[in-house]
Amino acid sequence: MSIRVYDLAHARAGDKGNTSNISVICYDARDWDFIERELTPQRVSEAFRHIAKGPVKRYPLRNLKAFNFVIENALGGGVTISLAQDIHGKSLSNVMLAIELPDRT
Amino acid sequence: MKSQGVVRIGAGAGTSDDRMVPALELAERGNIDYLVFECLAERTVSRENLSRSKNPDQGYSPSLHARLRMVLPACMRNGVRIVSNMGAANPVGGARATRKEAADLGLGDVPVAVVLGDDVSSIVKHRPELRLMENGEPLESILPAMISANAYLGADVVCEALNTGAPIVLSGRVADPSLFLAPMMHEFGWAYDDLPKIAQGTAAGHLLECTASVTGGCFGWPGKKDVPDLARNGYPFADARADGSIVIGKTPDTGGRLDVMTCTEQLIYEIHDPTAYLTPDCTLDITGITLTQDESDRVRVEGARARPRTDTYKVSVGYADGYIGEGEVSYGGIDAVARAKWAAEVVKERLRLQGFKYEDFRVDLIGMSSLHGEPDTRPEPYEVRLRLAGRTRDRKAAHAIGFETRALHMHGPGGAGGACEPRVRDVLAVKSVLLPKNLVNAQVVVEGAL
Repeated sequence: MSIRVYDLAHARAGDKGNTSNISVICYDARDWDFIERELTPQRVSEAFRHIAKGPVKRYPLRNLKAFNFVIENALGGGVTISLAQDIHGKSLSNVMLAIELPDRT
Repeated sequence: MKSQGVVRIGAGAGTSDDRMVPALELAERGNIDYLVFECLAERTVSRENLSRSKNPDQGYSPSLHARLRMVLPACMRNGVRIVSNMGAANPVGGARATRKEAADLGLGDVPVAVVLGDDVSSIVKHRPELRLMENGEPLESILPAMISANAYLGADVVCEALNTGAPIVLSGRVADPSLFLAPMMHEFGWAYDDLPKIAQGTAAGHLLECTASVTGGCFGWPGKKDVPDLARNGYPFADARADGSIVIGKTPDTGGRLDVMTCTEQLIYEIHDPTAYLTPDCTLDITGITLTQDESDRVRVEGARARPRTDTYKVSVGYADGYIGEGEVSYGGIDAVARAKWAAEVVKERLRLQGFKYEDFRVDLIGMSSLHGEPDTRPEPYEVRLRLAGRTRDRKAAHAIGFETRALHMHGPGGAGGACEPRVRDVLAVKSVLLPKNLVNAQVVVEGAL
């Protein structure tokens, strides 16, 4: 059995140039440590490998029950020149939410 | 109701295409002191520079007319001052258009304070050695195609414009949070070395700069993150006090939601290193921020920290970078995906045979893999819309993509339906450089009599 990021957290994607940032915000602060252990930058890189060249950096925001993932080379060259439909990558938070994590039990 | 010593700053737009009615609701019954319209995306100033080169009276945000027509009577009646970057590539032209709108609405002779100096194209032209932040190349590499160069000015010059007493302040490029910080600096006399207050005001500006994104827009998820009455979602405001305390609220009796969850999503939005969010006013650190639900639809913001502002402005350089051409057509029923994939190969081959070249080319199966890729691992949908897009220097090559996609009706695999007209758009690309602040002459002029 595994759980998804979706089960523990909500997320929003933002863009700057060719970089996407995706917040992962725990519903319950008690899940923060689990997410810190399992949702590593490597795990996120793997989930985005067909979309983003990376690298992926993770910043902790414990006060906010959150993490900020910064994913470089993720937006087809950037909003102004991208051929994608979703030039801002607004929908990329849903790739994050679909990542499966091992069950804690 | 607002309490004494509080300055209430409303967010009326977070993009030039933002909804307008919630701004009117704020002006009419939000009990606000300031209404801020942030209307410039990365490319907007470039686009407006092109408009201005065709007609010197234009170049401000085309949405200015409709927006002001809607809110000006309520703002004037309620003593709400307007701050906006709708001046875009022609703030003086925007100010004249604003004054004409006010006169036409019977509001009399309304002076407008205009922020100038963000247009630094004549300065960077002589500095081809400046490095592009995106790729380290010299600015020289894009100078021949440069359309615009605008510095993200800070709150100081907007504050100076507010100090003139003009009821409306219009600028070109100003950093988004700075538009909101400026009224606080003006009202409370905050200086740049008062870092905890500058930090709080900047955090508030960041929370407000995307309007409804903090009041339940771009948030809802049925059954998981419900948003009540989303169709009537209201816009937010910040209640600021001289000591730097900030509470975010929203127009009473509107839909949407404002709570710690919506504020957290917006606080982290478009931030990279959360200890170093660079604005022209400070380097903001959001890691110490706590958000507390004060009461329904009111969230208290505490603990923002900042380091002093840097000595450079970020400058967005817009330049022409060829064309993007697009075409779309649909396939449905048995083997819809196989026919769509075959059709894509046929179009690519026809483009190749005509000798067209593309710097980048993309095939999307909408309904399957257009957003997150991986067409070979997704379950097949009943119907799929094929989209082809390419970027090129050659306008004919761009147009040919949509032309050949539409021609699939008669010349492709069986059962293609509903092709769109060929689409071609100019690419206005943007790259950035850092420019020493002392080279930039930010200043205020007033249109009309104070």
